[in-house]
Amino acid sequence: MINLIRQLGRQTLSLVQEAGRMQLFLLEALGLFFIPPYRPRSIIKQLQFIGVRSSSIILLTGAFTGMVLGLQGFYTLRKYGSEGALGSAVALSLVRELGPVLTALMVSGRAGSAITAEIGIMRITEQLDALDTMAINPMQYVVMPKIIAGLLAVPLLTAIFNVIGIWGGYLVGVVLLGVSSGSYFSGMVQSVESLDVNGGIVKSLVFGLTIMLVACYKGYYTARGAEGVSRATTQTVVLSAVLVLGWDYILTSFFM
Amino acid sequence: MIRIVDLSRTFNGHAVLDGINLEILQGEITVIIGKSGVGKSVLLKHIIGLLKPDRGQVLIEGQDITKARGADLKALKQRFAYLFQNGALFDSLTVFENVAFPLREKTKLPEAEIISRTKERLAQVALSQEVENKYPDELSGGMKKRVALARALIQEPEIILFDEPVTGLDPPMTNTVFHLITKTHQASGYTALIVSHDIPEIFGIADHVAMLHKGRIIAYGSPDEIQRETNPVVQHFIQGEPDFLEE
Ligand SMILES: Nc1ncnc2c1ncn2[C@@H]1O[C@H](COP(=O)(O)OP(=O)(O)O)[C@@H](O)[C@H]1O
Ligand SMILES: [Mg+2]
Repeated sequence: MINLIRQLGRQTLSLVQEAGRMQLFLLEALGLFFIPPYRPRSIIKQLQFIGVRSSSIILLTGAFTGMVLGLQGFYTLRKYGSEGALGSAVALSLVRELGPVLTALMVSGRAGSAITAEIGIMRITEQLDALDTMAINPMQYVVMPKIIAGLLAVPLLTAIFNVIGIWGGYLVGVVLLGVSSGSYFSGMVQSVESLDVNGGIVKSLVFGLTIMLVACYKGYYTARGAEGVSRATTQTVVLSAVLVLGWDYILTSFFM
Repeated sequence: MIRIVDLSRTFNGHAVLDGINLEILQGEITVIIGKSGVGKSVLLKHIIGLLKPDRGQVLIEGQDITKARGADLKALKQRFAYLFQNGALFDSLTVFENVAFPLREKTKLPEAEIISRTKERLAQVALSQEVENKYPDELSGGMKKRVALARALIQEPEIILFDEPVTGLDPPMTNTVFHLITKTHQASGYTALIVSHDIPEIFGIADHVAMLHKGRIIAYGSPDEIQRETNPVVQHFIQGEPDFLEE
């Protein structure tokens, strides 16, 4: 019994400790936004890694998401005789919810876990310490370019996801199932408001920041040993997914 | 001068450093010996401020690096270069870029000057041109060590901490590296702290030798004094006698 309580206490403590460390990490990263140097070359390299190399998976998932939305939307709307609203249904689902959320989840699975592994290996092979001994802040050198690149890349990838998704819905709804092309687009233009678009952009910015912070944090505090790295990458994917969905709820309730 | 006062650090209930007192004299080569796992690397990391002690001080010209923060800490670190035991080369950079890194990041030297200095340092550690554009994971352990050595020397700092600079090198290369250390040391007069097991070679290059054992410095003196030391632990170690008594 005492052991159980002790165990519980220890776990609570380490949880609180981790939450505190994460906040400090966040604060330091936010502070560094205002301190040069910004290392444009590293940022471009990270944009290539996070953005360009995620684009094929974003195209693929965006297309299928849009196609599924077209299919589901068509059969649901037909029950009420309002297939004409298909365009707005697809676009609103994508712009408000699915685009930002699915893009963030894909990027975190593809790039986030790789970033954790990369920084984690730098930690256990003492490359971060080597920077430190040269009086170079490893946060600034390693972490900031990734966070900045994530903030730029995730909204752009989200936009691509949305556009491809809308065309995927078009393919299924208009080309295959015969909804009129005019009503598909005019419904969309009428129903999607700037609040929806802005909300989507804010979401994708928040998600981009969240997944990069989690990925960098987990790598930065990787425990010694190769097994530390594998644990950290798994934790990155799980924690980013949970945080993205949690944020999504909070932000959605804010924008509704 | 570096003065270490009562430096103590515990990891998981095990006192790795347990009241270290040691003076590392300006411009000298001090060698730290001690069994593997005794805490030599941990000691070096405390000296450069990578790790924080539970207790004690590391005074660099009277300034305590264990308490320094921000700009002060940065200024103190600028005075050091550190050769990590496993090299700690940046694996996303080539050999050349690794060695040039401190100059590119910390100085405003023109690129031509950086290139020529880097090539010079690579030649000093007997690395050929073909190696320049390789990545660290394409190198042998001994080559990595030499790249790391070049990266430490190119910084031309006041103090260099060498963590096992010759472990894993063949005998001719060991001599090359020790010769290089003495030569650069004579030329620029930096303070050197070297962790090494290589007996008797270290007696030829050290001004002073310190032995770390069970968290403390149990012997300190000139190479002659250490070799005449009566403490059986020290004699055991430098005679390379097998360890029957331990564990
Ligand atoms: N960051 C750390 N966390 C926990 N234990 C450590 C850490 N660094 C070193 N140790 C432990 O301290 C002891 C001394 O290690 P080290 O200084 O690497 O020995 P060596 O004398 O061979 O260089 C070892 O038992 C090692 O496991
Ligand atoms: Mg060591």
